[in-house]
Amino acid sequence: MQETTAHEERLDAIRLEGLCKSFGPVKANHNVNLTVRRGEILALLGENGSGKTTLMNTLSGIYKPDSGQIYINGKSVAIRSPKEAIDLGIGMIHQHFKLVDVMTARENILLGTGGKLAQTPESLKELFGLECDLDKKIYNMSVGEKQTVEILKVLSRGADILILDEPTAVLTPQETEKLFAILRKMRREGHAVVIITHKLQEVLDISDRVTILRKGETVGTVITADTTVQELTEKMVGRPVSLSIRREEQEPGETLLDVHALSVTGSDGVKRLDQVSFQLHAGEILGVCGVAGSGQKELCEAIAGLQHPSAGSILLDGKRVDGLSPREIIRKGISLSFIPEDRLGMGLVGTMSIADNMMLKTYADQKGFFLRRKGSRELARKLVSKLEISTPSIFTPVKKLSGGNVQKVLLGREIDCNPRVLITAYAVRGLDINSSYMVYDLLNEQKRKGVGILFVGEDLDVLLEMCDRILVLCGGKVTAIIPARFATKDLLGMKMTGALSAEEMEDDYV
Amino acid sequence: MSDTKASRAPLIHVVQRTSVSLLRQTVCRIAAVVLAVGTISVFLLGLGYDPFEIFGTMITGSLGTSVAFKDTVKYAIPLCITALGVTLAFRMRFWNVGAEGQICVGAIAGSFFAYTYGDTWPKWLLITVMLIAGFIAGGLWGMIPAYFKTKWGTNETLFTLMLNYVASYFIQYLKEGPWRDPQSMGFPIMPRFAKAARMPMVLGVHMGWIVALTLVVLVFLYIRYSKQGYELTVVGENEQTARYAGMPVKKIILRTMFLSAGICGLAGILQASGADKQLTETVAGGAGFTAITIAWLSRLSPIAILLVSFLFGVMEKGSGAVETALKISPSMADVMQGIILFFMLGAEFFINYKLMLRSDKEATKE
Repeated sequence: MQETTAHEERLDAIRLEGLCKSFGPVKANHNVNLTVRRGEILALLGENGSGKTTLMNTLSGIYKPDSGQIYINGKSVAIRSPKEAIDLGIGMIHQHFKLVDVMTARENILLGTGGKLAQTPESLKELFGLECDLDKKIYNMSVGEKQTVEILKVLSRGADILILDEPTAVLTPQETEKLFAILRKMRREGHAVVIITHKLQEVLDISDRVTILRKGETVGTVITADTTVQELTEKMVGRPVSLSIRREEQEPGETLLDVHALSVTGSDGVKRLDQVSFQLHAGEILGVCGVAGSGQKELCEAIAGLQHPSAGSILLDGKRVDGLSPREIIRKGISLSFIPEDRLGMGLVGTMSIADNMMLKTYADQKGFFLRRKGSRELARKLVSKLEISTPSIFTPVKKLSGGNVQKVLLGREIDCNPRVLITAYAVRGLDINSSYMVYDLLNEQKRKGVGILFVGEDLDVLLEMCDRILVLCGGKVTAIIPARFATKDLLGMKMTGALSAEEMEDDYV
Repeated sequence: MSDTKASRAPLIHVVQRTSVSLLRQTVCRIAAVVLAVGTISVFLLGLGYDPFEIFGTMITGSLGTSVAFKDTVKYAIPLCITALGVTLAFRMRFWNVGAEGQICVGAIAGSFFAYTYGDTWPKWLLITVMLIAGFIAGGLWGMIPAYFKTKWGTNETLFTLMLNYVASYFIQYLKEGPWRDPQSMGFPIMPRFAKAARMPMVLGVHMGWIVALTLVVLVFLYIRYSKQGYELTVVGENEQTARYAGMPVKKIILRTMFLSAGICGLAGILQASGADKQLTETVAGGAGFTAITIAWLSRLSPIAILLVSFLFGVMEKGSGAVETALKISPSMADVMQGIILFFMLGAEFFINYKLMLRSDKEATKE
């Protein structure tokens, strides 16, 4: 490979020595040492709150370090603004895209540059094999396309050190593969790439070396080829962790939820769900997968009463619940915890405390005009200790918590109201390993109690391991409902893109 | 890609503070007041006046005598009540800038009973009905933009603003037409209220101050401790979450706007019946807009609203006194309000953000 010949000339693109950054009493970064070479992909691994984002914000000029040295291309520098970072060749791809929706890709790329680009987007597209329609408006783009625009944007400004903050959290397996192919091409061109991710499999797939952060400090750097998932996890968490998700085999109980020929039409007249039918049993986890935007959100919202179906019916215990108000559906024991991309968009109020968020669904059942907050304070205390939510107090506004803790608050509350049907979408979105397993355990515990769980997920490996059956959505249609033990990743992938018809399926598996 | 260019950073950076201590807040606010007073003094000196004399006259003229103090309270009453009203809507992120119109409509509805039953009903009944009518009419008026917002997503800022003109010109119409005083010999003026229709005096000021104090407590309790207050905060913060939690979002918007505008309507009838003792087209007199400023300066806190509106009362009455005593235009009060506001809002900026100079330690290393 070319990399080996270029090995001798490898330059350290970024070298950090003893970097410290505190926020008040909190040491977000303490004595961080890290090196990224040219022609290398470095994975930065760490649990929530381990200081990854702080570190990246320091590198992109948003924060100023309290002490320590930053060397870019061997020279000591101070990065005081995002513009300086770009001038140094550091390009940051944030988790939340910073694009202007009503403009085209090209306009976004040119924005703020005065028309002077280090490299034209066209030449970059060719060089790295990026697929992107430069004249398409951002609001017409899928998440994957938007990410491509972000990448083009920083590359065209001359960035040759790329930092990606959890880039795969919002991508489908196919899109992730494409992204990785692009990153590998960048490595070949001698760029330095830093990728922040929680998904250990991805770390092993893409990176050359892994630097692990724990509680703001670097605990070590390992060569990817010489490590295992087990070792990485232990370094990251600081203690051994069991890594298998149990599928608890148990006989499913009676039918809880019966969805029949459900169709939902969007406000633009496009059918989002088309004749969706399935049954969910007590004590069963039914997985739902599909390419992003295949109708998962609409399915969740229709069952929760937030979207009105245009046809079909939803029965809980044989009684129709479609057409009821969301509050009545909550009272019947259907609980929805939908984790949107920004985590706070649905289900929590960012500026309110953990305690006040606890009563969001139950306050209405209190009698009288005034609120009683005692119950929600107790619940908040219980969840904080049971789910190991790290927070200064139960009166801390939810938006000040890190992503994983926000999700624990949300899921903890949903489970606490003892639902009969638990719909959870993207429950582990952006979570690190430790927190993810805690969520899986919570769901399995509910399953044992006889709750019917609709688990909308992204990670096919997890779906295969944990669910009893998997429902595949493609363009709003159900293309398959397969018992998980007969399913494979390939099969699900094909079903997600509608490559196999439902009839062929039944021949093979029933 | 050269790194030498990187040292050209702007001289001053604006950085958001991660945590703000109470001490810092207090220091910033006090500094703002001191600076505002200083600036006003310089301004007055520039005009050739003695600032100490003017400030002295303002204080004695607004607080010095019992008569002056009562007048100051009278000024503060509509400001306080209206600010409490708009606060409810603002807490829901519903930009009700229509308090001016809601005051007018409340005054019109109450005045209807004052003019119609002024000579026949007993005082207690008439006053009660007038207050209720003012509240309900103001509330319904405020529900119009709220209804359009929930139904078609119209912009409430424009809508409430425009309704102000409708309401105030309607008073004009009443004055020149149906409610013109028959004894005015053709002058477009409305009659004074009958004795029974005037708000009772308590300790020398009309009873509006009792209403204001009561509302401070009620609004405080409503926002902090009631289920409805919880609901409106959730709707304001995140409508999607509210829907998801099963809240009837439209109902909450309509209800909150009814209460918000209703309180403004109450301020209207209190002003007409308590202070003016008749309906005039200047019944609102800008209180609906000043109240918005007061609500924001008080950071939507009912207790702070009480203090700030009293302060505004002092300024208004005090500059009136300055006008009579020293022959300075009463517009001085507006200029002073503007300067004080400028510094108070500036203080908010310095509480939440800090400036960082380029010459920090890293730059010296280069």
